Amino acid sequence: MDFGLSEEQELLQETVRGYLANECPPARQRELFDAGPGYDEALWRGLAEMGLMGLAIPEAYGGAELEVLDLALACEVLGESGFPSPFLGHVMSAAALVEGGDRDQQTRWLPALADGNRIASVALCEANSAWEPDSWACRLSGETLSGSKLFVPHADAADLLVVGVEGGRLVLVEASAAGVGIESGEGVDRSRPVFRVDFDEVPCEPLADDPRIADRLCDVGRVLVAADAFGAATHLVEEAVEYAKTREQFGQKIGQFQAVKHQLARLALDIEPSRALFWYAAYAVDHLPEDGARAAALAKSHIADRAMEAARAVVELYGGYGFTWDCDVQMGFKRLMFDRAFLGNPDRLRERCADLAGW
Amino acid sequence: MDLEYTEEYREYRERVRDFLKGWPLQGEEAKLPEAEQATLFRERGIRAGFVCRNVPADYGGAGQAPDALKDAIVRDEFYAAGAPGDSISQGAGLLVPTLLDFGTDAQKQRFIPLAISDRERWCQGYSEPGAGSDLASLQCRAERDGDHYVLSGQKIWTSNAREADWMFGLFRTDLDAPKHAGITYLLVDMKSPGIEVRPLKGMTGGMEFNEVFFDDVRVPSENIVGREGEGWAVSRATLIHERNLIASPTMMRDTFNDLVDLARRTVLGGRPALEDLGVRRRLVEIEGYVRTSETSNMLQFTASVRGEPLKAMRPMMMAKLYSTDTMHRIVRCAYDLLGAEGMYSPAPEDVAGWARNATSTGWVEAYMFSLGPAIAGGASNIQLNIIGERGYGLPRDQRPPEA
Repeated sequence: MDFGLSEEQELLQETVRGYLANECPPARQRELFDAGPGYDEALWRGLAEMGLMGLAIPEAYGGAELEVLDLALACEVLGESGFPSPFLGHVMSAAALVEGGDRDQQTRWLPALADGNRIASVALCEANSAWEPDSWACRLSGETLSGSKLFVPHADAADLLVVGVEGGRLVLVEASAAGVGIESGEGVDRSRPVFRVDFDEVPCEPLADDPRIADRLCDVGRVLVAADAFGAATHLVEEAVEYAKTREQFGQKIGQFQAVKHQLARLALDIEPSRALFWYAAYAVDHLPEDGARAAALAKSHIADRAMEAARAVVELYGGYGFTWDCDVQMGFKRLMFDRAFLGNPDRLRERCADLAGW
Repeated sequence: MDLEYTEEYREYRERVRDFLKGWPLQGEEAKLPEAEQATLFRERGIRAGFVCRNVPADYGGAGQAPDALKDAIVRDEFYAAGAPGDSISQGAGLLVPTLLDFGTDAQKQRFIPLAISDRERWCQGYSEPGAGSDLASLQCRAERDGDHYVLSGQKIWTSNAREADWMFGLFRTDLDAPKHAGITYLLVDMKSPGIEVRPLKGMTGGMEFNEVFFDDVRVPSENIVGREGEGWAVSRATLIHERNLIASPTMMRDTFNDLVDLARRTVLGGRPALEDLGVRRRLVEIEGYVRTSETSNMLQFTASVRGEPLKAMRPMMMAKLYSTDTMHRIVRCAYDLLGAEGMYSPAPEDVAGWARNATSTGWVEAYMFSLGPAIAGGASNIQLNIIGERGYGLPRDQRPPEA
């Protein structure tokens, strides 16, 4: 019984944190945010060379064969710095291939995903926030796909799309195939731009016909988004604490006013303990099949709500400056708007938790 | 990370379960008064090595090698069986760890064995009418007179003072020293002449705490714990233990499960409230806090077991406030589900002990009682100061310079 990180896991976080601090300091991050593609090839390469893209890919295909927890720990650090990259959709796609790909599909795709030379993303949501596999309506006839997907992260950068279709199945689509139309979704989070993707009789390859594969993909995604939100919110609270230690009004540091000190303590109280919540959910998705789906939905709903509330309070704490485009707080705020909605908003996920509990 | 137990611990759990087949007591023993049965079983538990595991055998404990995992297994299994294990009375839970850290050998010999079996009952004499959150401003005097201290003054909010045989408390021995330095930790025999206990009725209707008055009460000087003027440091250790007693995720989970049962049997719009979308969402939102408490507790536990408690410093500082806030969310939801029945007064049996949360009046009692832990052991606003200042390094409040 041990509920803590290994030395390797702590080292992984420190290494990624150090890399981002050096290679993507706040000024560079701001440039990328303003430019808008949500992607920088050199930085992607750098992270890939650390082995980040292949964390949960089998060693036989060039990965490190680790677990959802390791991916989540990486997501936490990327969330802290609001790092613009296709990491989320990429590692989710790899997870789907590991679970549901045949040997040929895995051999063709996993090594290139593990070393980051090819980029993948997931196309799941349809109209009316239809994230759940049983609500997907994209049609699969023979080996061609037709329909539309919304809020596909980094679809413009992707070589491969893992697409959810009717019956809760998943198919592989090459993004360059004839009949694929990609259109900007004008997303609020510029670190992870989203796209509408239309499929008009596009050739595709189904993954194994097992509903558990898509369910697990959504569970893994929820854990990763929860970890990302935890990182982003933790960073916002730390920044606000530093601001309160330096900003002076009425002749003293504002952090000395109990109104401010207690507000910050409350934000920290809402966020910090929930680290254990996403750790547990990550562990459960891999090791506790009876609780994995519910733990993932519970962690995401809880952390996304607490994080969004914290982000609002932090903007307010910065005052007028917090409301400006120039203040970096807005980047974390928008990161959390993505995290809150992606794979189901808190209300919807709570309904799922209640159903899964048999209430 | 691995939530499985190794073979050694699985076997240990089986041994604990075997032992627990002896509870409840049978035959003639089952006819003894309840308190006597609990003490009897607890003493058996000590001999079997499961109760008071960490108290040395010389002082009446089981004297087992420290193993936090075994502690946790014993706690869980005893709790599940409803069996009396490590007492969470003020004596066993608060005084004993303090004496183990600061007591003389004679004090340990004299007091620990009877405290862990609850054969001697203890109360805590800290707060005073003028010293609540600012505990160090306490004024209750202990004046040296030869080989005795003479106590005069008053304590307040003293739970169990009427039943207690002894009090551990803080008294001012030096009026001229800076306020934290003039305080001494003393053990006071509650049967001493000059002590008067007056019960205070709590808002639930229960006699939950007391005022204790001291009128020239003589305490032998060997009853000092730590040295004269060092009582503040000694008491800090006890406060940490008190917060540990309050923050129990198991109790929180049980109360949450009771809340789900309440939603199941409450009728809302002609259907069980548990089928109502708003109620379902709210229950899961509350469960988010409950599960966070449970998992954060595991994280803190592992950090302690690994000997790296500093890695979990912030969640440890937050545990008390997090648990009392979460408990408030649970009982507040129950109170809302009660509807008009929230107007009931708690029944006498609800007030008598921990409410069973099986009746409307029990929930009314639980709703009000949840305020107690939120205030005791450092009220919520004080917890926020601790988190902000010690956890995150925010500037301290401006305080008047010390005399």
